[in-house]
Amino acid sequence: MADQDVRAAAAAANARSHDDGHDRGVTCSQGCAAHAHEESLGAIDPTALISARDLGLVRNGRDLLDGIDLDIRKREIVTLIGPNGAGKTTLVRLLLGLETPDRGEVRRQKNLRIGYVPQRFDVDSVIPMTVERFLKLGGQAPVSRIGAILDEVGASHTRQQQLSQLSGGELQRVVLARALLRDPDLLVLDEPVQGVDYTGEAELYNLIARLRDERGFGVLLVSHDLHIVMARSDRVVCLNRHVCCSGVPETVAQHPAYVRLFGTEAARAFAVYRHHHDHSHDIAGAAHSADEAAASARHAPKGNERA
Amino acid sequence: MLEPFFVRAIVAGIALAVVAAPLGCFVIWQRMAYFGETVAQASLIGVALSLALRLDITLGVVVIAVVVAFLLLWFSRQQVVAIDSILGLLHHAALATGVIAVSMLKGPPVDLMGFLFGDVFAVTTGDIAWIVAGGAAVLGVVAWLWQPLLRLAVHEDLAAAEGIDRRRVRAIFIILLAVTIAVAMKIVGVLLVMAFLVVPAVAARPLAGTPERMVLLTAIMAGAGVVLGLSLSATMDAPGGPSIVIVMSIAAALSLTAAGVMRRR
Repeated sequence: MADQDVRAAAAAANARSHDDGHDRGVTCSQGCAAHAHEESLGAIDPTALISARDLGLVRNGRDLLDGIDLDIRKREIVTLIGPNGAGKTTLVRLLLGLETPDRGEVRRQKNLRIGYVPQRFDVDSVIPMTVERFLKLGGQAPVSRIGAILDEVGASHTRQQQLSQLSGGELQRVVLARALLRDPDLLVLDEPVQGVDYTGEAELYNLIARLRDERGFGVLLVSHDLHIVMARSDRVVCLNRHVCCSGVPETVAQHPAYVRLFGTEAARAFAVYRHHHDHSHDIAGAAHSADEAAASARHAPKGNERA
Repeated sequence: MLEPFFVRAIVAGIALAVVAAPLGCFVIWQRMAYFGETVAQASLIGVALSLALRLDITLGVVVIAVVVAFLLLWFSRQQVVAIDSILGLLHHAALATGVIAVSMLKGPPVDLMGFLFGDVFAVTTGDIAWIVAGGAAVLGVVAWLWQPLLRLAVHEDLAAAEGIDRRRVRAIFIILLAVTIAVAMKIVGVLLVMAFLVVPAVAARPLAGTPERMVLLTAIMAGAGVVLGLSLSATMDAPGGPSIVIVMSIAAALSLTAAGVMRRR
């Protein structure tokens, strides 16, 4: 196992070159499922904590997700970015088994312990529940660790409060504390810093990265907020109903698919370098080659089907 | 005043109050009051079937309640119309079907009012045995599944992502609810069963700081409601089940009002 850890860490650091020498620094896709397959090489990776192959979800006759391949390994921080309506949360729900895909499959490692921070955590005040009790409910963690973990996420003052009295930011921190207390193999964070102020956000990401270093869990992070997140990621997957591009942060930030989804501003803020476009998305999210896409939308379309 | 029928009514009512307390709490925690209402009203169909087929009524009601509950669960997967609209429609349809089915039965006339509102003073020792045995089984399963039930009630997706088998737990809960409804029907009738479960839980909520304490307070509230309601009923010669529900409702109104006043301060 230690062997794998080292390999995974090294691979993450070096733009991921895989055993067969296939360059995984960045992959792009034009149609895009066919190209996206190249990234994953088809077969399920047995070392991955969670693996998705050719995932598709159809709702009301529209593809919400199509041809998604994704692996998350130990010690790896994978960030899923994409515009609103790109299917990020839906993909997370499929990976967690909260929804069943219409196509493809998800493999989770046996007895995988997941720590999950959902995008929305609506607390119903009808259940009386203190923060401490909520944390105990998450797993077998000893009570002695509760104080320490609340300290780390910056929510120790909430310990005896009722969940329904917490602010949005406090609640996010408490849910993160519960996820961490479970000693997860995989931490799944769906926009974990909503309602948390800017400095708090940087602190939380630092904490997650540090705990990853200490404990070696894998992290799947969903975000539409790019900079802090991407810099700490080992791999960024850019999603817009299909995997538009994926790779190490620097490369993805330069990738034309990323530039088109998030606009030149975002890309420039991260890197100056740009290269020519290979495909783009029209207003309906359909992929086009660069020639026909000269006038295509810079900002991502919302909630449309892919051709 | 302490005639045997009165004592039997009190014993049955208190036993039911204890059994119904955790179920009532989970029903309001999971916003299933309307769901339970529909299942309860559909159980009149079970009464009619049992009478027609000469089966044990409690058994018939349990079976029908379970079947209806799972049909509703399956139905709620469609996403065209919100589930509360469907339940609002179905519980009337279920009641209408049940009333027609009971009225079409051949043989001796059936006490429809008794099934609709309960006949607590007609409770027999055999009924009490049913309540105690069924109730003990229900409480045992609730205790066994307490953690997963609570985790799902707090946040279903979170619990499911953490590895709780939500389908299994929910299925078991629905069977428990169906059994409780069938047993409680004897005392408060199909129309008031859910009030017996939900109203004491609502009354207990403002006074409780933990889920366990809320269940305990619910049981105490419901037990007190039974004793006071039945006493009221005996003094005023009013029907038993409705008297219990009225007392519980007054307690809930007072509790919620007090909570509102406290919060404003």
